[in-house]
Formats: sequence, structure tokens, C-alpha cells
Amino acid sequence: MNLLIKNGLVIDPANKIEEVMDILVSGTKISKVAKGINVSSDTVIDAKDKIVMPGIVDMHVHLREPGREDKETVATGTKAAAKGGVTSVLAMPNTLPVIDCAKNVDRLKDIVKNTAAIDVFIAGAITVARSGKKLCEISALKNSGAVAISDDGSSVDSVEIMSEALAKAKKEKLLVICHCEDRSLSGRGVVNKGFTSTRLGLRGISNESEYKRVERDIKLAEKSDAPIHIAHVSCKESVEVIARAKKKGIKVTAETAPHYFALNEDAVLDYHTNMKINPPLRGKDDVEAIKDGLKKGTIDVIASDHAPHTENEKEIEFEHAASGTIGLETTLSVSVTELIETGLMSWSDLAKKMSYNPARILGIDKGTLGVGCDADIVIFSPEKEWVVKKKNFVSKSKNSAFIGKKLKGVVEYTIHKGEVVYKL
Amino acid sequence: MTKQVKKKPRWSHKDLLGLEYLSREDIELLLDTGDSFREILDRSIKKVPALRGKTVVNLFYEPSTRTRVSFEIAAKRLSADVINIATETSSVKKGETLNDTGKNIEALKADVIVVRHNCSGAAAMLARNVNISIVNAGDGWHEHPTQGLLDIMTLRKKLGHIEGLKVSIIGDIAHSRVARSNIWGLTKLGAKVTVCAPSMLIPPGIEKMGVSVADDIDDALGEADAVNVLRMQLERDEKAMFPQQSEYFKTFGITEERLKKAKKNIVIMHPGPINRGIEISSKIADGANSVILEQVTNGIAVRMAVLFWLSQAKRDK
Repeated sequence: MNLLIKNGLVIDPANKIEEVMDILVSGTKISKVAKGINVSSDTVIDAKDKIVMPGIVDMHVHLREPGREDKETVATGTKAAAKGGVTSVLAMPNTLPVIDCAKNVDRLKDIVKNTAAIDVFIAGAITVARSGKKLCEISALKNSGAVAISDDGSSVDSVEIMSEALAKAKKEKLLVICHCEDRSLSGRGVVNKGFTSTRLGLRGISNESEYKRVERDIKLAEKSDAPIHIAHVSCKESVEVIARAKKKGIKVTAETAPHYFALNEDAVLDYHTNMKINPPLRGKDDVEAIKDGLKKGTIDVIASDHAPHTENEKEIEFEHAASGTIGLETTLSVSVTELIETGLMSWSDLAKKMSYNPARILGIDKGTLGVGCDADIVIFSPEKEWVVKKKNFVSKSKNSAFIGKKLKGVVEYTIHKGEVVYKL
Repeated sequence: MTKQVKKKPRWSHKDLLGLEYLSREDIELLLDTGDSFREILDRSIKKVPALRGKTVVNLFYEPSTRTRVSFEIAAKRLSADVINIATETSSVKKGETLNDTGKNIEALKADVIVVRHNCSGAAAMLARNVNISIVNAGDGWHEHPTQGLLDIMTLRKKLGHIEGLKVSIIGDIAHSRVARSNIWGLTKLGAKVTVCAPSMLIPPGIEKMGVSVADDIDDALGEADAVNVLRMQLERDEKAMFPQQSEYFKTFGITEERLKKAKKNIVIMHPGPINRGIEISSKIADGANSVILEQVTNGIAVRMAVLFWLSQAKRDK
């Protein structure tokens, strides 16, 4: 099977390409990238005026299976991913049961094999049941195929356990992903601490509760010389802490999510629970700092933190509602709207943050359009606009913070290992 | 060509969720209407037919006597039918959700739900989910708009105007819905508001609501035309933040001694119920400057005004 993509603006930072070219896919691999490829092909896609980028690698996704199939499944989540131009996801381990042992990794691998529309990479937990109390068998997680470990949703409070995890992960060449939150500071907070929490009469979550833990985890990583990745950076001080650490040569990478550069705390003012996210939507200064961090390279990755929840968990009192927004179907368009349209970033920068960098950080063979690589490709119209509507989501849950927003950039094709998995 | 002047409806809100969301004109309309309803309460036959055939449901998820009774009397004075539903069970813990309860009450063809809930934003959520009118009778730490209105009505009756008045609010600002409604309402009407409390009970960013913060109670009382003394909410779970009661009375309590330095005619308000000897001395609470019981009576009048105007409001279909 051959597939020929003609005349698209090809963006491939790995090979420093940013020009109109053709791409030939043979079977599951990219076989040629050049101008004016003239071969007969089973399928020809006219990509004139469209962007052709490596498929998005979303390294922060909650697929909820096993255990919470009412929120999302591997099947629905990966279908939603395909619609959003995503060809690889990293599934977070906070499922039921938690992915905290080889047996549970194997079980998830089976589900993925049978139902996934795209590549699903697996993150194991750091501690058993994500309790923060007892370290998982890190080598067993690695051997069964996990590519990273994280207690995402919680932070590992114990310095001893975190240090041990970093040492073991280094030995196993596994990435440690840190959800940075000091619960003794964030407590029962539900919105950004400051004028917003005061105005709404809700408990606040301070920036301090995040950046203090970022500081600690970076220090521990420095000590053990292990690479760490800071998940969902939301505030200004965290960006500063990470920038300083990078300057010092510490092996730290960082990610943010679209809602942290596209929305601020004002979105919460009418108590809409889709805006309840952890970490919370922050102040305008923080939003600017996140954008600046993306531009300057302090923040390496844009990931969705796709967090599906049922209406029953969202359509209740704000303080009791579940935290999180779905994002797989909006990440690319929100990024185009907020980062490209505003002139903050180039297409190559965007491809790096959404595809090339996360692939390198996870050590997976993705994120480029090089000859011989997996043919994971997203083709989209950068100028087309669309309005986010609840009824159009493929994801099983509809809790998007972006409902009603007008966005730029519409995915036309998503190709995964040479196969068209989504077509507009 | 004839000029088409489109007259703005006098009242355009489906719900009363907080004074933050009202204009100065809205607030003045409610106060003026409250003033005219106030007279009914002194008649021997205290009833007018304004809301005959309307049904008001009091849905209270928190224990409350005075607010619930005040709403009930207000509705009855206007000839509405009143149903009281009291549940101390929070909707998430057991049984039906707040939205489902609201939709059921709507299906029972009630016209107004007066809701008191321990979660901030509960009234706003309910208002989004039903087409009938919602009155927020206190949601968490967020707002208690009819308390704010009755405080302002009492003050306006006493001093004749609000514009330019200096009003101090003393006490647990952080956890007080009464404070927030007072701040929004008073500042919209042009009063200068100062809040004063132990620093742990001053919430962050409060200045952005247009108030000044005084650390010292004598500063807060010094120039004030009126002081609103908040109740120490001893039943709330943020107890750890509270100073010792005797310590609080010594530092922030409203006493005769302290008032000697204040304006002679300073108006003393309190939303009740009073903790005598904790936030206010008995002498002051019962003294000549106190309008605490007038507040209670005015509360009925202003709630009549709220129920009256909400019943006139057009509904979204």
C-alpha cells in the first residue's frame, strides 16, 4: 500500500524541513520526502495550503481504562486522539486498578492491542496504588514495557521514596514524571488562590503549592542525576525555577497544557465546573510566563492532560466536582490559535513542542517525518476556523474547558503507521 | 422621523445570585420597593395580593431560622404559597443531586426557589439548570444578597443616603458571605468600605473588591458612619484560623470603651445571631446605636421586593 501526500507545507524539525514538499508512504513507513514525487500510488492526498506535520505525541493523557470505562476507554480515547491529530499518547497510570505492577501493564497492553486506534505508550505508577507509601517494582514495570513512571494526580510526598524512585528509574533508564503539588499547601483548594478564590468564596490553591514541589523534585533529581519531567506547569514561579535548573545543567524537562496558556482564572467566575482543573487556571501574569517559557524553551512540551469525567461528576457543586478538562481534540487548534496566530511561535517550534520533544523525552521512535520512520502524520488546514461544540466530541466525556470557543486549525487527515485513522 | 426610545425593563434578571451581578439601578430599585413594602408590615392586616397564585419554595441545606422565616413571612405577606424543604444532608452525600431536586421543584410548577447551601456557587449552578427564578439565600462563603440588601436598606433609612458613607465591616471576612454581599452592594452605591479582622481572616486580594483593609480596629471605627459586626462563625471548620474567643473580644470586640473614640451617632449593625461577649458586648448590641432588630424587620420588606421583582421577570424558555 502506497500513500502519497502532495504539495503540503511539510514541517519536520528533526530534519530541519519547513517547505512545500511531497511525502511518500510505503506500508507503515515514510519512504521518501522530496519535491515533485511522481509515482503511482494507491491513495493521493492533495495537501495544498495545508500543514503536514509529524503526528502529535501527547505525553499526558488519561484514558481511564481499566476501571472507569464510563469516563473513557482506550477505544474512545484513541479515536478522539486521532480526530485531534494525535498518533501517540502516554496513558497515565491512575486507573482502577492503578498501573503499578507488571501484571497491570500487561493487562493494559492487551486492551491497547485489541482496541486502540493509535499508539498507546504506558506510564507506570511510582508507588503502589499511588499511595506515596511503597515504591513499585520499577524494573518489572520497565521490563513489561512502561516508558515512564508517575503518580500523576498526586505528588510523592516522601523525600526518601522520591529519591529511591529517581535512583531506580535512572538505573532502568525510565523517565520520572512529576505531578508537583504540596498538599499541605494546596489542601482542599479548588481555584487559584487570590482575588478569584476570595471573590468566589472558594478555597484557594497557591502558586507556592506547585513551585515549592517543583523546586524539591528538581533538587532530588540533581542529587541522583536522574532525568525528570515536570507535568502540567501552570505558574510563573515554576517556569523560573525550571529555567534556573536548566541553566545549571540539571536534566529537567517540562510540559504545560493548552488551558494554562489559553485561559486564565477569570474563566471560573461563574462556577462552571469544566473550568475546575488541577493545577487551577491561574492569573494573567502566570499565563504570560507560561507563553514566555514556551517561547524561550524552558517549557519543552505541550500536552493535553486529557482528563475525561462524566456529567454526574461535573454537574454538581463546584467544590465537589471532579477536576480536569478533556483536550485531545482541541490541543492542536488551541495551540494554533494562541501561539501561531499571535506570532509567538513558528510551525517548527509547534511541531517540536507537540511531537518531536515529547518523543525524545520519552525515548520513543516518533515525532519525525524522516525516511524509514513510522508514517505518523497529521495534515491540517491552518486557516480554517471552527467552534468547539459539546455534541461534536468523539471522547466519551464532554467536559471541555473550550466549549463555545472559536479556534483556528482543522485536522483534515490523521495517518498512523501509514493508515488513515481519521479523515474530516 | 420619530425617535424610537426603547425603554429598558426596570428589572431584567431571572435570578438573584449576588449583589456583584446587579447594577446600582437594580439595587436601588430593590431598596425603593423594599421601602414601600415596609409600611405593609406595620398594618394590622399585613397582606397584599401581589403574588397570589405564585409558589415560593424555601430549599435549605443549612440550618437557618431567621433567613428562612423571613423569606416565608415575606412570601406570605405577598399572598404567595410557601413550601419549606429543610435538609441538612448535602446533596452529594446522599440521595438526589441539587440539580435534580431543583428540576423536580420546577416540575411541581413552583415559581421561585429560595436556596441556602453550604457550597459557594450552588445557587448559580441551580440557576443555570432550571428556568424558574432562584434566590440565593446564602451560598457557602460567597454571597448572601438579601442580607446585603437589608443591611443597606437599614442604613439608608437611618442615615438617608449611602453615597459617601464610611462603613466598616469587622470580623471573619474570609469566610463571610454577608461581608461579600455588603462590599459589592455598598461600593456600587458609592460608600467607602473598610474591612478589619485578624490577618488570617482577611482573604487575599480583597482590596480588588474596592475596599480598604485596616489592621487596627480603632482605625476602622475612627471615621466610620456605620459598622457591620460579623458573627464569629464558630461552627465552621476553619476554626484553627480563629484566635481565642477572649483574645478576639479584647482585640476586635465592639465595646463601650472602644466606641468612645468613634462618631457619636455611629450605626451598629449585626446580621445575627449574636455571640454576646465575643464579637460585640451586650450593652452595645442592645444600645441606642444598634439597629439590629430594625435589620430583621427590614429583611422582610426587602425580601418581599426581591420576590416581587423576580416574579415579574421574563423567563428564558
